[in-house]
Amino acid sequence: MAKIIVDGVEVDVPAEYTLLQAAEAAGAEVPRFCYHERLSIAGNCRMCLVEVKGAPKPVASCAWGVRDCRPGPNGEPPEISTKSPTVKKAREGVMEFLLINHPLDCPICDQGGQCDLQDQAMAYGVDTSRYHENKRAVTDKYLGPLVRTSMNRCIHCTRCVRFTAEVAGVPDLGALWRGEDMEITSYLEKALGSELQANVADLCPVGALTHKPEAFHYRPWELTKTDSVDVMDAVGSSIRVDSRGREVMRILPRVNEAVNEEWITDKTRQIVDGLRLQRLDRPFVRENGRLRPASWQEAFATIAGRVKGTDPKRIGAIVGDLAAVEEMYALKLLMESLGVTNIDARQDGSVLTPVYGRGSYLFNTTIAGIEDADAILIVGSNPRIEASLVNVRIRKRWRAAPPPIAMIGEHADLTYPYEYLGAGPETLSELAAGRHSFIEKLRGAERPLIIVGQGALSRPDGLAVLSTVAQLARDVGAVKDGWNGFSVLHTAASRVGALDLGLVPGEWGLNAQTMAQGEVDVLFNLGADEIDIASGTFVIYQGTHGDRGAHRADVILPAATYTEKSGTYVNTEGRVQLANRAAFAPGEAREDWAILRALSDVLGHRLPFDSLNALRAKLYTQYPHFAAVETVQPADGFAAIQALANIGGTLGREAFMSPVKDFYLTNPIARASGVMAECSALARELKLEAAE
Amino acid sequence: MAVRKLAPEDMQPESFVLSPETEAFADKEIAKYPSGRQASAVIALLGKAQQQAGGWLPRKAIEAVAAKLDMPVIRVMEVATFYTMFNLEPVGKYFIQFCGTTPCVLRGAGDIRKVLERRVGEQNHVSPDGTFSWLEVECLGACSNAPMVQINDDYYEDLTTENFEKLLDDLAAGRPVKTGSQIGRNRSEPHEAVNTLQDPALYDGSLVGAWRKRFDEQAKAAETAEPAAAMASIPQEVKAAKPAAGRPIESDAADTPAKRAKEGQTPINPSDQKEAADPSKATKGDSHTESGARPAPQSGKSYVASPTKDGEAVPKSPTTPEAGTPPAQAETRRDGSESKPGVTVDKDNKTS
Repeated sequence: MAKIIVDGVEVDVPAEYTLLQAAEAAGAEVPRFCYHERLSIAGNCRMCLVEVKGAPKPVASCAWGVRDCRPGPNGEPPEISTKSPTVKKAREGVMEFLLINHPLDCPICDQGGQCDLQDQAMAYGVDTSRYHENKRAVTDKYLGPLVRTSMNRCIHCTRCVRFTAEVAGVPDLGALWRGEDMEITSYLEKALGSELQANVADLCPVGALTHKPEAFHYRPWELTKTDSVDVMDAVGSSIRVDSRGREVMRILPRVNEAVNEEWITDKTRQIVDGLRLQRLDRPFVRENGRLRPASWQEAFATIAGRVKGTDPKRIGAIVGDLAAVEEMYALKLLMESLGVTNIDARQDGSVLTPVYGRGSYLFNTTIAGIEDADAILIVGSNPRIEASLVNVRIRKRWRAAPPPIAMIGEHADLTYPYEYLGAGPETLSELAAGRHSFIEKLRGAERPLIIVGQGALSRPDGLAVLSTVAQLARDVGAVKDGWNGFSVLHTAASRVGALDLGLVPGEWGLNAQTMAQGEVDVLFNLGADEIDIASGTFVIYQGTHGDRGAHRADVILPAATYTEKSGTYVNTEGRVQLANRAAFAPGEAREDWAILRALSDVLGHRLPFDSLNALRAKLYTQYPHFAAVETVQPADGFAAIQALANIGGTLGREAFMSPVKDFYLTNPIARASGVMAECSALARELKLEAAE
Repeated sequence: MAVRKLAPEDMQPESFVLSPETEAFADKEIAKYPSGRQASAVIALLGKAQQQAGGWLPRKAIEAVAAKLDMPVIRVMEVATFYTMFNLEPVGKYFIQFCGTTPCVLRGAGDIRKVLERRVGEQNHVSPDGTFSWLEVECLGACSNAPMVQINDDYYEDLTTENFEKLLDDLAAGRPVKTGSQIGRNRSEPHEAVNTLQDPALYDGSLVGAWRKRFDEQAKAAETAEPAAAMASIPQEVKAAKPAAGRPIESDAADTPAKRAKEGQTPINPSDQKEAADPSKATKGDSHTESGARPAPQSGKSYVASPTKDGEAVPKSPTTPEAGTPPAQAETRRDGSESKPGVTVDKDNKTS
């Protein structure tokens, strides 16, 4: 720790802090453009100039360490000033220079109202310009369907360049030419190839890079902000949903150090138009092979007619990937009251079940914990497309000091180098038997991390694979006091919550695959769109979009998406998070738990709650850990891994394949989105190009 | 510089493969750096690739270098576009880099430029027969032999329109030419006769301390001559170029010879004088440490009026508001402040 005096206030900060951080620790505000906490230091905007006692001229506080300051003549702590007349004048000068080439188009700029330059010009600038020459003009660049450019506005902070190179790991952007002619562009203006590219528009302190799909759609001050959580993958990124009236206008990341830091994927962000398109806004009933609009009463009556005459053994329920805990709980209670045991939340055929303990299906290491791992093995997963922000963490870990990283599964570009061990279970069993050189690195590691993905588990021999991985984890000491390196990476937002609730087939129950193959007469489908249901089954689809599930349905109950209801989601780590309602569902669509509650009444098994609060109260009594919002209840790693390791089983021969084939089209909301379709088409093109 | 751009697609070669020689050079360069730091060799490789490609860098060459160094293409592109020595468009067989910096211009580079414009054409364009192209560059460091040009790898100095024309003729015809000085002098030695540094006083030690004597004399002159005139020429009220608005108004530098002279003192601070005479000190350098934190490094070079010579006003420029003039009175305001109600509105905005 080092002492430093900031504006007369003495603070004690770590010596490796920069002056800017020290000033913030002392409560002083330092304006900045190029500096960003999560990117490398560039020191090129000069806005953060402060005065250091003894230095001949102002220094850039973002690039000057506390330990670089000389103490006073009698050993006094170094002293800096952020408020002196020199600093004020220096800031005014820098601001004047920045504004020399910055166009005065705030009235037509999307960044207006959320612009760092605008705000700081008001706070630290002067009121007039002395510049009378022509301003620089720069041609706009094409950077793909998500980022709109207006390069006249660029102030050359290079945050976007540093983000793509450092965080996203796809060095697409660069600063060409020099001096006044410097231009930010991609090589030959190719579209950016990162699944995190839209973050550059958030990082841009001016309006040079803005979000293309939402260009000219709103002003930031018109929007109502609602904190929520993302359901596009099982990471559960913290987001802020901005809505105007009943329409969601945009989705932004929220800072959450434990989960997504401050990034979100393009799918999380730009799915917004999918929330509006292809929506189911009224109930439908299939008559003579065609779906016709119906009233809720008609729909419920049709369902009741079918359910009442059916043996509970021939009734089933499948839960999709976007369901919140509340409706899954309501569905579970309803099915229990009907005497149905055919219930499954694993439409992808995953073998994870709660019987081996909670530690058997959680990402036990936690996402932030990845940064502590010192050897990483990935089995049957492509984290870059299955959980991009987990991949960002692994990359962050790799950048800090490259640990040994190995992969069994698809040989995909993960943005960091890794040792490719093999494609399938054979390699895994070899490794588990200690016949592979990488085992030494795992054994030698203090905190080895083994990530097993759904590509290894959603297959007939999944349980045997899981067991082998558990044996391996046990052998290399991945589970010990203070460290649990056995981590399951999920792809569905609803999955961990469903497993916590025990939404797996009960005694003599059928699993999702069997049910879909026509083993049940009445199938209740709660938003499962990734599964083909055989003809002959009477399907009740409760969901939000006219997607695969709705096309196959006999009765459609229109429900609310994650932005239209308050729901609990549990991410892959087991972190309980709340999504809040930002808008209302369209037309006659209702919140899911309310639909199930109303249906239960018609079926004669009224669920014991009349409000969401009553539902939650009951839920929390039965499953107390859901009440601990924002936290992870650590699971018993030893018991889980022991139980898993004892399963054994025979491994198949097929290679592990990631369940996510197209990053941009993994769920009904994404498939309804035009922006996602465009991104998907472009990604396919890039893939083809790369293959050539 | 603003005109630099990548060569159009139809000029780009179909492919570019590093020649064995370039490969060998590249491996040698890469070996200079620790493993994993091969990107450090990028400039050397680009230079060699440019040589191989005939004086310019095709897009494929940049990609080849990127592949060789295992770098993203955009990173190599950044380097290639940053340095003006990398030509991104084809150049002539003889690529003339014409020095257009002050010493050369003083010695007649303007005439050389006219020759180039007449014989080769515009800069950055290859002559129709592909022999020449030229580019104006900043100082190449041969000022003593100004004016000069660099053609491919060699310097051609002491140019006149005649010998430069001949040089170009010879090059075009493929005749051998002489590099270096074109008037026959050896490197930068005095031409014909030694005309400078001949004063014996330079060598007998009599000049030591002469500057102090000169100051004393000037001070005496200043004391007696025109303190009154100097006073009159200084604006009574110093105004900042911008409205005060919390902006610290800079004062005159605290201690200048002119000010001291004006106040009737010796122009040089006696303490400074004493210190400067002290042979044990190389430079006067205690000002920053003695007082610790001075409130602000108030430089003497403020943009408020600080008359340098008696009676000489600061030059007036139409574009830079004159120091001390309130902004509203500057001649060429374009921010609309000149339009008053009833007066014609800004013409540029009338299109709608």
